[in-house]
Amino acid sequence: MSTRTPARRVLSSCLATRPRPKRRPRVCLQVTSGVRWNSVKQQPGSDFVHFPGAVHSKFTTTLNFTSPSEKNAMPTYRILDQSGQIVDKSREPLNLSDSEILKMYKDMLTVSILDPIMFQAQRQGRLSFYMVSAGEEGIAVGSAAALRKEDVIFAQYRETGVFQQRGFRLDEFMNQLFANRLDNGLGRNMPVHYGSKDLNIHTISSPLATQLPQAAGAAYALKMEHLQNPSEEPRVVCCYFGEGAASEGDFHAALNIAATRSCPVIFLCRNNGYAISTPTLEQYRGDGIASRGVGYGIDTIRVDGNDIFAVHEATARARKLATEGSMRPVLIEAMSYRVSHHSTSDDSSKYRELREVESWKRRDNPITRLRKYMEGKGLWNEELEKKEQETVKKAVLKAFNAAEREKRPALRNLFDGVYEEMTEELDSQIQELAGIIEKYPNEYDVGDFEGGREGLFKEKR
Amino acid sequence: MALSPISRTLLRVPRELRLLTFQQSLRTYSSAPPNARLNIPTDFSTTPILHHTSTSSLSNPELPSSVRAGKSTRLTLHESINSALRHALTTDDSVLLFGEDISFGGVFRCSANLAADFGSERVFNTPLSEQGIVGFAIGVAAQGMRAVAEIQFADYVYPAFDQLVNEAAKFRYRSGNTGMDCGGLVVRMPCGGVGHGALYHSQSPESLFTHIPGLRVVMPRSPSQAKGLLLAAIASNDPVIFLEPKTLYRASKEYVPTDPYTLPLSKAEILKPGSDVTIISYGTPLYTCSAAITQAEKDFNCSVELIDLRTIYPWDRSTILDSVNKTGRAIVVHESMVNAGVGAEVAATIQDKCFLRLEAPVQRVAGWSTHVGLVYEKFLMPDVVRVYDAIKKALDY
Repeated sequence: MSTRTPARRVLSSCLATRPRPKRRPRVCLQVTSGVRWNSVKQQPGSDFVHFPGAVHSKFTTTLNFTSPSEKNAMPTYRILDQSGQIVDKSREPLNLSDSEILKMYKDMLTVSILDPIMFQAQRQGRLSFYMVSAGEEGIAVGSAAALRKEDVIFAQYRETGVFQQRGFRLDEFMNQLFANRLDNGLGRNMPVHYGSKDLNIHTISSPLATQLPQAAGAAYALKMEHLQNPSEEPRVVCCYFGEGAASEGDFHAALNIAATRSCPVIFLCRNNGYAISTPTLEQYRGDGIASRGVGYGIDTIRVDGNDIFAVHEATARARKLATEGSMRPVLIEAMSYRVSHHSTSDDSSKYRELREVESWKRRDNPITRLRKYMEGKGLWNEELEKKEQETVKKAVLKAFNAAEREKRPALRNLFDGVYEEMTEELDSQIQELAGIIEKYPNEYDVGDFEGGREGLFKEKR
Repeated sequence: MALSPISRTLLRVPRELRLLTFQQSLRTYSSAPPNARLNIPTDFSTTPILHHTSTSSLSNPELPSSVRAGKSTRLTLHESINSALRHALTTDDSVLLFGEDISFGGVFRCSANLAADFGSERVFNTPLSEQGIVGFAIGVAAQGMRAVAEIQFADYVYPAFDQLVNEAAKFRYRSGNTGMDCGGLVVRMPCGGVGHGALYHSQSPESLFTHIPGLRVVMPRSPSQAKGLLLAAIASNDPVIFLEPKTLYRASKEYVPTDPYTLPLSKAEILKPGSDVTIISYGTPLYTCSAAITQAEKDFNCSVELIDLRTIYPWDRSTILDSVNKTGRAIVVHESMVNAGVGAEVAATIQDKCFLRLEAPVQRVAGWSTHVGLVYEKFLMPDVVRVYDAIKKALDY
């Protein structure tokens, strides 16, 4: 033991060789939305706490726990009421042109026409799975419309409207849904797990909330990009998730790291009341998801998700907040109701009253609400509605038919893409599979796959 | 102004859909080719893996005589798991059952009616957080109750990895003589391929857990096995990872003894004795192996022994080694990826202990070293052909 230097001495000798930090004056450093002290000292006689962990807390002699029930719920921002009227007549005019409004409407309508067709197609066994967005089209379309196309998106799985708004084409939807040879996902993912590099939308992954910390990191990369090249317009990340996903550890990790690193990210929560069967009452006890944003030091707003104008305006403002100054994250909680089943694998009548769903459907809906507004403005009428529905339906069915006829991607895509380069092990497994198929030709149906057995050897298309 | 209610159109399906061409409809990802002799879907009504009569079910020598003298009921896997959970909740007040969407019966119906019958204090929904569920379950178990936690899909267990690997597995070891453990912890999760689950509804992560001393890893092959193994897992004083092959939840149906019983953990079972080749597997591929053996025995005039590991770790080495010492040939079959999989451990142990007796290299028939791409599953998972071919290779070597 005597030959070893005691740990403490090693440590202190290390410290001794380090240059001592110069004593700096007590200055206030502006770090995004909060004020931080680089040196905190409890001043004698001060009324305020100056502990490092809380620098603006006033001392009190009243013993009082802060009870969440004392606080009013965070208000919900809206512009339109349920009859499509602007609530605050004195407000400034909407920052949206008629053609922008029409586009938003048509995008929502397209999703609402696509959804039941694909839902039914799944019921007929023509695709393995589907998820509809009924009741949540306004959140996806309204928020996406407020972003720039250079902004980056991390979606969950109920954001068909985001893809539609950004210009994902019907044939692209269909190719993915039918997992055919034209699917950019190469037939690997479940239906509705879209992705598009051209549209700056990362490919959807089924695990919940994993996209949240990734969004924070991506936003940090965009921030660094802007710092290193200030002439470029700053970009933001918009990250979608549900109120159920917000229970995952990843949600908390994401908000905290985004706040501490001042990441230009908009966290957009679709609070639709249900995580599969679990109602919000069993999901959390606080004031929705919005209250948590405040806890992490993040600018937060709650909006009426059935009001596409409110969603749009809140997202536009969030984008501005996120990119100004030294940048920051923003949280938007958009309230809605999941009118549909969770997915084609779910039967929601097992855990909620049909009455409840019907009542919601009757009461409010982002599409009806916008339509009422547009009709009030003379922008829309029954005839245009019929025509548009017909046009979209036709286009959807055409894309449906074309995509369903296509072959599956080449079999090599089972092995390709695990690594950038095919490994020697995978290569030998391909040889083994090819040998088996050759030896037992009646046992494998390879005709459905592009190139058949030879498709195992075809290099990337 | 008169509005046609859009809400009505929202979920209405256009008539045109019915007129669409059905040319390629009902094209599933795992249908059998027309002239297939081997790769045909398992017929669960005849497979020898399941008990098709009450007599056969009750003649299992592992059952206590009182159970064998009782009755049996024909149940699916999810019904049988439900009956085991019901029994555990009935006989032991310290048993709690929780997880995502448990209250309405769970997405696979394993907890159907349990919340209603045992109350929401003991059977309840948790928030959507796997690390929360497992950490919570460890705490429950560490305080002396028996926690049966459900992870909705094995593909989603990874956020709980820290809790399982660093906490559950090491709880007893690190507490030393203080005598604290988290026995009574069972983490149930549906696993495996179903034909269309793709990347995130198909995984079989057992080998990630078999690498962790301290965890018991169990995968039942059938309804009657599930009941006995699950009750043994709940009774165990070690933490147990209980993987349920979800494709069997509804597909497999067999006579399950009505009275409660446990089946031994860490004990393999010889499903079919044989003298020329030993096949070691667990879970769903046992059905594939059984079909391959039937054909191979006809075609090659051989005799193949089939063993179900049942508990994948700590595993029953002596049953496997005795068998291979008898047959001289071994094949390990599992769904999950071959690389660093369970087959590697089994094969290496056989090679170590039966080297001089081996007539052929130990083979592994398993998933390729890739992910479960949606439309490729039938080319990825071990099928009857690959097992059949492996038997032939072992015999021809």
